[in-house]
Amino acid sequence: MVGQLTVNERKLAFIILVLITIFGMVMVITGADSLFMIHGLIFFLSGVGGIFLVISGFFLPPPDADTIHHYYDDPTRAGIILAMVWAVFAMFIGDWVAWLLAYPELTFDAAWASFGRLRPVHTTGIIFGFGGNALIATSFHVVQRTCRARMPDNLSPWIVIFGYNLFCLLAVSGYFLGITQSKEYAEPEWYADIWLVIVWSIYFLLYLRVLARRKEPHIYVANWYYMAFILVVAILHIVNNLAIPISLVHVKSYSAFAGVQDAMTQWWYGHNAVAFFLTAGFLGMLYYFLPKRAGRPIYSYRMSIVGFWGITFFYMWVGSHHLHYTALPTWVQTLGMTFSAMLLIPSWIAAGNALLTLNGAWHKVRDDATLRFMMVAAVFYGLSTFEGSFMAIRPVNALSHYTDWTIGHVHAGALGWVALITFGAIYALVPWLWKQKSMYSPKLVEVHFWLALSGTLIYVFAMWNSGIIQGLMWRTYNESGTLAYSFVQSMVEMHPYYIARAIGGLFFLTGAIVGCYNIWMTARSARLLMTKAEFETPDLGIASGQDIRAGE
Amino acid sequence: MFNFHYRLERYSIRFAIMVVIVASIGGFVEIAPLFTIDETVEPAPDMRVYTPLELAGRNIYIREGCYACHSQMIRSLRDEVERYGPYSLAAESQYDHPMLWGSKRTGPDLARIGGKYSDYWHVVHMNNPRDVVPESVMPSYRWLGRNELDGKDFALHLRAQQKVGVPYTDEMVENAINDLLGQAKPDSDVMEGVLDRYGEATNLRDFDGDPTRVTELDALIAYLQILGRLTDVAHQNPVMKKLGGQE
Repeated sequence: MVGQLTVNERKLAFIILVLITIFGMVMVITGADSLFMIHGLIFFLSGVGGIFLVISGFFLPPPDADTIHHYYDDPTRAGIILAMVWAVFAMFIGDWVAWLLAYPELTFDAAWASFGRLRPVHTTGIIFGFGGNALIATSFHVVQRTCRARMPDNLSPWIVIFGYNLFCLLAVSGYFLGITQSKEYAEPEWYADIWLVIVWSIYFLLYLRVLARRKEPHIYVANWYYMAFILVVAILHIVNNLAIPISLVHVKSYSAFAGVQDAMTQWWYGHNAVAFFLTAGFLGMLYYFLPKRAGRPIYSYRMSIVGFWGITFFYMWVGSHHLHYTALPTWVQTLGMTFSAMLLIPSWIAAGNALLTLNGAWHKVRDDATLRFMMVAAVFYGLSTFEGSFMAIRPVNALSHYTDWTIGHVHAGALGWVALITFGAIYALVPWLWKQKSMYSPKLVEVHFWLALSGTLIYVFAMWNSGIIQGLMWRTYNESGTLAYSFVQSMVEMHPYYIARAIGGLFFLTGAIVGCYNIWMTARSARLLMTKAEFETPDLGIASGQDIRAGE
Repeated sequence: MFNFHYRLERYSIRFAIMVVIVASIGGFVEIAPLFTIDETVEPAPDMRVYTPLELAGRNIYIREGCYACHSQMIRSLRDEVERYGPYSLAAESQYDHPMLWGSKRTGPDLARIGGKYSDYWHVVHMNNPRDVVPESVMPSYRWLGRNELDGKDFALHLRAQQKVGVPYTDEMVENAINDLLGQAKPDSDVMEGVLDRYGEATNLRDFDGDPTRVTELDALIAYLQILGRLTDVAHQNPVMKKLGGQE
């Protein structure tokens, strides 16, 4: 890793790490509460660890002059491994909290192990740890191939990966300790938020720099989506996290917004975290890996354009559908509902474009579990966007809101769409990156596929049932015109479904562990069988990517 | 249109600017007017701010992630009004930085939980929810009663609240630590002034059953007992009165 940096990059890395170490030290020394000091310590230790790493490789011979003619894939490899580590960790936590809802005593008598603190560990670990690392890793791969351009330097991608995972670590350790802003999917406190802004800016600049070096005249559609993901997430993150810390040496801050304005800002953020983190970025993944794996060009250039701009424009209006019948003014609710319905059009155009791309390659879908992961992901994308538009209709939302139906919907998207497309992309990418003909065991990919699919279906069906039962019980009246059920009665009815959900989650987690083993063995056999020369990355130009350039 | 795009996608900066513009419209149209249209938040002249102890309790509610399972937003639907009370108005959370409307009811809504149960019920419930609700799946929060409330920086909290627009007076900020402890220690010399500053109706008592210490449980129960009671505006709502809503 350090061996590939030029001497100047090693020096720069050293300086940056020293600055991080000093920053962490200042946090520890000046910190007015112990939590702030602990997070200072995390900065400090990350810096020190990095310094050791750089020093250990500092006097290695500098990289060959012709490295610059090869794609730079080491950061992608690291990102994929980190994504899988986060996946197993956060899915384990997710399944634990799922069991807690069925058996609340299945935990320790300690604050860190209670449901309310574990739940954001699960959501952040999956969305940002697993999803974010997968997005960053694949975006590095895709942007280089589709531009036929190499990373402009060797250090920036490492700063992005290292800095981003430091943010995830601050976030997750914070929840265990009780540090949270309570804004869903934006829980980390002000200093972690600022750190992410810095890292994200470097990420965006890096992306622009690769695009600027491209040998292709057009920017391929996958990059539109990755760019929208980077840019819009930055806007959402900065606005929603505006807050005043109680001092510069405390963790606690108070949001700049209150009440109804805060609710609107939060769900504008929250729903577009779904749109631009969990949709746009992963559509970028889909638009590269699905045609590559199927060996077919994207079905329609025009559908790509309409889908992309429709999603970018419509999504930003729909957040208010999280606030139907609340104290939010009705005109905003109506706008949110209307745009949610319209959003179905670009969503289905994007999903349809992906599925039509498979025309002529359906026999591969049957035989190749990796491609099947991607195909099923596109189907789940279509299904859950339909469900989302449906649930955004006000009278439907009256029933579904506050119930498990929402959880079912989210997981149809998160398991069925986001995780499956990621696994598909990773299974396609790992043999390319580690220079293997295929994964260590295609059989295990098949096993993972069926575990993941059955886990998702069990989960989603359980939550549909429990959510609709809940919603109906809350609004059922008896003959004398009073409410038929107490809240507790509705809760008791949930028990069997909560067990089913936890079992579904266990299937999904097992699949991810199988995937980890398979990836590990693939990487290991690569190292055992290959000499260093064979392990080199391909020359620019003969690279993949040119067969699916934009405009086709 | 497609020809225009065919050119646009050749320039990365232009493309990025287009994305920002197209993506900004929706949020701007929906969020900005909420700050300028007066009817968005109805007037609530009788509303008071949280006392320092209640605010500390609110921060514990946030810290423990209670919002993940409990909403604080009663929707304007018949069954919700009959189950939980008058539907929530925007004014009621106008000092909530951030709001805690929630998105999921694994447990019931808490917008009007204040005064519904006794302090003692809450103490037992927090210690082990299944002692009072056998079917409950709520976690036990035993450590809240064990932890002494840390309030030494509380003036800073109120100062930050002032900065984001909550009408705390300078006097309230100066007496923050005093009031924080005083509210849970009746008959002590620190209780003086709490009622002057936050109103005669403020709950002034030991909440957790242990008058010798002020714990995190004191703060949390003080907060729960004030939920829905900072203002009467929801009960005075003419629509609710016409419906003959209870209370």
